[in-house]
Amino acid sequence: MRSRKERVSLSLAASATAGLLFLLVPLGLILLYAFTTEDKTYQFPPPGYTLEWFGVAWGREDIRSAIALSVRVALVSTAIAMVLGTLAAAAMYRFRFFGRESITLLIILPIALPGIVTGISLRSAFNIMDIPFSFWTIVLGHATFCIVVVYNNVIARFRRTSHSLIEASLDLGANGWQTFLHVVLPNIATALLVGGLLAFALSFDEVIVTTFTAGQQTTLPIWMLSELVRPRQRPVTNVVAVFVIAVTFIPILLAYFLTRDTSDVNGSGK
Amino acid sequence: MQAAHPPSTAGAWLYRHPKALLVLFLLPPLLWLGVVYLGSLFALLAQSFFSIDEFSGTINRELTLKTYRELFSAANLDVILRTVLMAATVTVAAAIIAFPIAWFAARYARGWLRALFYIGIMLPLWSSYLVRVYAWKLILAKEGILNWVLAKLHLTWLLEALLSTPVLGGASLSVSYFGTFLVFTYIWLPFMILPIQASLERIPASVLEASGDLGAHPGHTLRHVVLPLALPGVVAGSIFTFSLTLGDYIIPGIIGSSRPFIGEVVNLHQGTAGNIPMAAAFSVVPVVVMFIYLALARRAGAFNAL
Repeated sequence: MRSRKERVSLSLAASATAGLLFLLVPLGLILLYAFTTEDKTYQFPPPGYTLEWFGVAWGREDIRSAIALSVRVALVSTAIAMVLGTLAAAAMYRFRFFGRESITLLIILPIALPGIVTGISLRSAFNIMDIPFSFWTIVLGHATFCIVVVYNNVIARFRRTSHSLIEASLDLGANGWQTFLHVVLPNIATALLVGGLLAFALSFDEVIVTTFTAGQQTTLPIWMLSELVRPRQRPVTNVVAVFVIAVTFIPILLAYFLTRDTSDVNGSGK
Repeated sequence: MQAAHPPSTAGAWLYRHPKALLVLFLLPPLLWLGVVYLGSLFALLAQSFFSIDEFSGTINRELTLKTYRELFSAANLDVILRTVLMAATVTVAAAIIAFPIAWFAARYARGWLRALFYIGIMLPLWSSYLVRVYAWKLILAKEGILNWVLAKLHLTWLLEALLSTPVLGGASLSVSYFGTFLVFTYIWLPFMILPIQASLERIPASVLEASGDLGAHPGHTLRHVVLPLALPGVVAGSIFTFSLTLGDYIIPGIIGSSRPFIGEVVNLHQGTAGNIPMAAAFSVVPVVVMFIYLALARRAGAFNAL
């Protein structure tokens, strides 16, 4: 409990505000340019404003199919990562064993190593084993680096959940599955959901690994990359960018409200 | 604690045989990461010991160190040095910008301000990498907002002075190292803020009060109490900023000079040049650099701050 009202030094408040503006202003500009009437340059301030580009973007078949592919990849990768990440978190929380540190490293490695290394490794492995590029090669890469996100969230929750709850459940005659369903799952549910949401967002936006594992398929970020290199209708790219930001914004907000008050889950006092 | 008389169900059996439970839990994720991920990494590593026949362009599958000898040519060393320097600079800059944000968010932001900071940090972290790179293309464009603001403030001369710096400068921000640096710092900043914030949140307020009560100036408290306790967070953040900059090939391609970074060279070798052994050998460089970095970071206790 903090009883004393803390004073904020002016320089700290100023630099924190400046930092926050640095983080957010570029995203605001993306939004602004989605309404500009100028589609050949990035003229500032925009010469005029229009809603035309939202209609244009809506009608574009290439954008729709890219979004559909990205959503499908993200759903499947997230599902795999949720299962594997939770299992890993349960094992690492529950047990102390030889080589435990190396396994932590192995789980972190896919995001600690540069994406291009993961991408090229997977690509060369597919080549060696003659696996053609497909939906599943994209999923294989995405699930690999999504595991750590789920793992981190779930293990943090496990650390706050008392193990005696599980012992009590088993003592009272519940079997393993019932204990998981009625005791463990409700305790980790929000952490699992947040991990899943974040994994979804991660997969939905991933581009570096995807460029190596996608072959001819176009996910939304790959579509975006081609627009960045060779811009066609610039405001249309902005409309898609705004859509992508909005899609990320919702899981972030949900994650915030779901984990805000979780430091005191009932009965989890150790 | 030992359960007294557990019923003989599968769950209870597993409870009495924790090793079996461990294997059951750990096997699927380990199989996935071991086969898919480590397997691919080794496949890549193995190929770096092959070589390419310069005349036919085919890959010679005899084990050789020829590719590694070529890796250490002067031009390639240049690329490696440039990338490592950029990664180090970006890491330092990100730490400096991140610290006040993390400190404020951890200590003073309450209520709606806390939500604002959370969104302000998380939204850039999770919104699309490409969208944010794209935002800088808008900002740094000649007709874009940055030049407009500088012109309004009569500071165009400052930008011109910056751009006329040899090597670092260029014709405009979007084709100079300054531009690349700015975008890298922006893109990876949230990865630095979060671990610092987490480590700062763990410092009990009483520790800071004690420092003040014992007569330390706020500046002293910051230097001798807060910074040492926040260091694991800074190191954890630097793992991300450093690693992400080391391997990135998209940002310097879109905003930056024509002098390439490691990621771009790797991409070039595996793509148009078709020299997979060289691409493999080159991507071993960031891996080795990162392993050294991770070993140092582990010693600084960064893994507990992730």
